[in-house]
Amino acid sequence: MKTFNRVFTVIVFIFLYIPMIVLAVASFNAGRDIAVWKGFTFGQYGALFRDGVLLPLLLNSVIIAVISSLAATVLGTMAALGIRAMSPRMRRVTMAVTNIPMTNPEIVTGVSLALLFAFLGQVMKINNVMGFATLLIAHITFNLPYVILSVMPKLGQMDPNLRDAAMDLGCTPLQAFFKVIIHEIMPGIISGALMAFTMSLDDFVISYFVYGPGFVTLPVEIYNYTKKPLQPKIYALFTLLFMVILLMMVLMNLLQAKDEKRLRRARGVFGEKEEAKT
Amino acid sequence: MKKIVSVLIVLVLVLSLTACGGSKKNVINVYNWGQYISDGSDGYIDVNDAFEKATGIHVNYMTFDSNESMYTKLKTGGSSYDVIIPSDYMIARLIDEGLLLPLDFENIPNYKYIDDAFKNAEHDPDNVYSVPYTWGTVGVIYNSAYVDEADVGSWDLLWNEKYSGKILMFDNPRDSFAIAESLLGFSQNTRDPDELRKAADKLIEQKPLVQGYVMDQIFDKMERGEAWIAPYYAGDYLLMAQENEDLRFFFPKEGFNFFIDAMCIPSSCANKDGAEAYINFLCDPEICGENLDYLGYSATETEAKQYMDPETAASEIAYPPEEILSRGEVFQYLDAESTQLMDSLWLEVKTHSTH
Repeated sequence: MKTFNRVFTVIVFIFLYIPMIVLAVASFNAGRDIAVWKGFTFGQYGALFRDGVLLPLLLNSVIIAVISSLAATVLGTMAALGIRAMSPRMRRVTMAVTNIPMTNPEIVTGVSLALLFAFLGQVMKINNVMGFATLLIAHITFNLPYVILSVMPKLGQMDPNLRDAAMDLGCTPLQAFFKVIIHEIMPGIISGALMAFTMSLDDFVISYFVYGPGFVTLPVEIYNYTKKPLQPKIYALFTLLFMVILLMMVLMNLLQAKDEKRLRRARGVFGEKEEAKT
Repeated sequence: MKKIVSVLIVLVLVLSLTACGGSKKNVINVYNWGQYISDGSDGYIDVNDAFEKATGIHVNYMTFDSNESMYTKLKTGGSSYDVIIPSDYMIARLIDEGLLLPLDFENIPNYKYIDDAFKNAEHDPDNVYSVPYTWGTVGVIYNSAYVDEADVGSWDLLWNEKYSGKILMFDNPRDSFAIAESLLGFSQNTRDPDELRKAADKLIEQKPLVQGYVMDQIFDKMERGEAWIAPYYAGDYLLMAQENEDLRFFFPKEGFNFFIDAMCIPSSCANKDGAEAYINFLCDPEICGENLDYLGYSATETEAKQYMDPETAASEIAYPPEEILSRGEVFQYLDAESTQLMDSLWLEVKTHSTH
């Protein structure tokens, strides 16, 4: 049974990571065809960094991802605090409503947002409503539930007396939040923000429906590359993108591990003091 | 935390300000196929940059992957485009639905360079709505080291059992059906369900001989000699021939697809003068020549050939003589019913077991 488990795990990992490995290998291939190895080269990466089209598009994607994930983090944390303060029944209902956009097919979200924007554009007599703003709003919209979902459990784990204690010691509610609560739920906020960032960076389906003539993201543009064969520098670009995401995930896990350690130690210290008193 | 919030707010404000500032300038929104303009890579001209320098009009350049997705984007609304570059049959449909504006040719003096062969085309018979951008043909590429010259000349080469396993085929219904229809003597624009059925049967008959249904992989498979026979675009053949000298090309005697992509101004246009200036700029023979040198498709202006690679300009494959060109047939818009039938028949071809 144990060997079966191991073999099964290995197979799962192979299926998960083989495509990435193929892509990375192809990005170092001197030839154009991924099936034939023509020698090792950094040439594709050189071509990528000299490219005047792909890099600005990547920058567009990063701008949208950074701003939308930050905005979603602020809004999501505020929402999570509010939801936490509700009665258990209302909380369940609100969480259910919040989770629907995550399970909703992306294409439905994309089309409905596009229709909404087009409608608003007509009402407000804006000829050209699609663009940076619509992309940003759409990305914040689909990022929000992820932030709420990762902040909520941290709020649940937090000792509810901490807030009261802070206010007993003279904090205003706002000060209590910035001085005490936010430090307790920070790991949740950070993992929510990172999740939102990665979701936003690689989103294609929703962006495809709401981009406009002024602003487009990398995944949408690559999808339109049909008139000429795909250039290998795109493999290099995606390999780099994958590495960045991988790095962020590792970072996130390290932060979480550190946080757990801190929590354990804090509890330990607290416990010792109580013992000393008695 | 406060710092992060304030930085965020400032960032959003600055960005929205720059966005507003941008819209007040002289801007045009161009909507074209992906990778369908010379963008400054590999030492070729950067057309949009040259236009901005020449006129001071800023170009927002956006791309689409197919005529159909471009159409959807136009119909959804919410965005305004000033210049679009669809293909022939889509232009006919856009005109039909009133989605294009008539062009003011006073603002497009370079229109005089466009060859007569591309004017009065079926999709725009009175030359009111469109200015040809490029054109091209579909034919058969074969490897002369393996394929007997005696077998060459007709689409039936793709059905020749001698070359079983060395034949490639288009991986899209419209192009594949057009080949089968030409071979069977039907129009490439047939809407007759019986004829479509027969074409599908012809494709099923061919399936055991086909190595694969591919698009861009054709380049490597043909260049390496892994496959010997493939239907593809004439412009792409010229690129492949540079890699493998044994590759040859012919225009099948039964007829072949001939396409024109042309520049139009959609009704959502916000800057018609800018749009016409852009169209005029692309018709400048020097710009046209350098742009198409990069693209590898054929130029619609004889005048532009002097600015192109002389070998391409002299090629009878990129610029076939009139008697060959007259065999070409332009795709027309198929109604939804025929398109659906073709799609489902194509699925049948693709899933048909060859054992």
